[in-house]
Amino acid sequence: MSLEVSGKSYETDEEGYLAELSQWKPELAEAMASADGAELGEFHWEVINFLREYYEEYQIAPAVRVLTKAIGKKLGKDKGNSKYLYELFPYGPAKQACKYAGLPKPTGCV
Amino acid sequence: METAEGVVKKFCYMNRKAPYGTIYALESLEVVLIAAAFDQDISLVFADDGVYQLTKDQDTDGIGMKNFSKTYSALGDYDINKIYVEKESLEERGLSVDDLQALTYEDEDDDWAEKNSLFVVGREELTALIDEQDVVLSF
Amino acid sequence: MTMLHTVNKSPFERNTLESCLRLAKKGSAVLLFEDGVIGAMQNTKFSEKVSQAMSDLSFYVLGPDIKARGLSEKKVIDGIKVVDYNDFVDLTAEHNAVQSWL
Repeated sequence: MSLEVSGKSYETDEEGYLAELSQWKPELAEAMASADGAELGEFHWEVINFLREYYEEYQIAPAVRVLTKAIGKKLGKDKGNSKYLYELFPYGPAKQACKYAGLPKPTGCV
Repeated sequence: METAEGVVKKFCYMNRKAPYGTIYALESLEVVLIAAAFDQDISLVFADDGVYQLTKDQDTDGIGMKNFSKTYSALGDYDINKIYVEKESLEERGLSVDDLQALTYEDEDDDWAEKNSLFVVGREELTALIDEQDVVLSF
Repeated sequence: MTMLHTVNKSPFERNTLESCLRLAKKGSAVLLFEDGVIGAMQNTKFSEKVSQAMSDLSFYVLGPDIKARGLSEKKVIDGIKVVDYNDFVDLTAEHNAVQSWL
């Protein structure tokens, strides 16, 4: 499978996760979101950027439980809960946000 | 021990291979991260060549493989905070705890204080630790 | 004409390094790579054995595999030459045969 953005083609797996992490750019996240019928705002970007930083540091996409806890610590208690994160990413915060962030699917996520 | 979610068992992951030369180290780490979701009592043991998995300053640029040693520092986030390294294995390899990366976790019950999660243990202590496990998974 | 022997397993894990040292002819070269680099490090249970073999054999170790395992080239046994992938190719070409100890 592939994703077409501004005339360029990017390889993805069958679920739409970017094959090559280093190819990621914000436009790709926006293209993936609009394919899901969503639009990315400031709060989506907070989570997406957080995930990219987490991956850079630990070389993994965090499980949803870990993401929730870490977001709460970094961005405040009001954001560190699954209700908030599911409102932003209704297909599942770990799965959907990781996809937009260009990361592989979180380990252990089926 | 029994909780509302069911029985909590003691799981021990026994890591005995050097990283990168074989797939065991990475496979073990992935299984541990997956299993962490099931709220069991998890310990990690690094013995024999497994102690090389935890060395600091690993640099895999030259061999074109992912440097998954960075992931061990995320184990604290996954509530895995009992990581044991066999003292004798270090000694046989001319290594000491200073050659290993520091591993910590934040204690939720103690105002998120950062605490050590890496323990160097002698052979006898390790024998006792393995003996008290319900399940030992070997990698 | 000499042979190049390669060892890619840790001496703690398999006995390939020991077999190689026992059976390699005097004047041969030994290259340690992948987990085999562990056999090139100072102060291990095997360091003494490798040092002793150095009077008969010349030793090489692949640098990128040392770095990957968080080990330091400074802690390689004296007398073992640290090489890169290009040197590996050259060593293969320079010797008339390569024996891989698996």
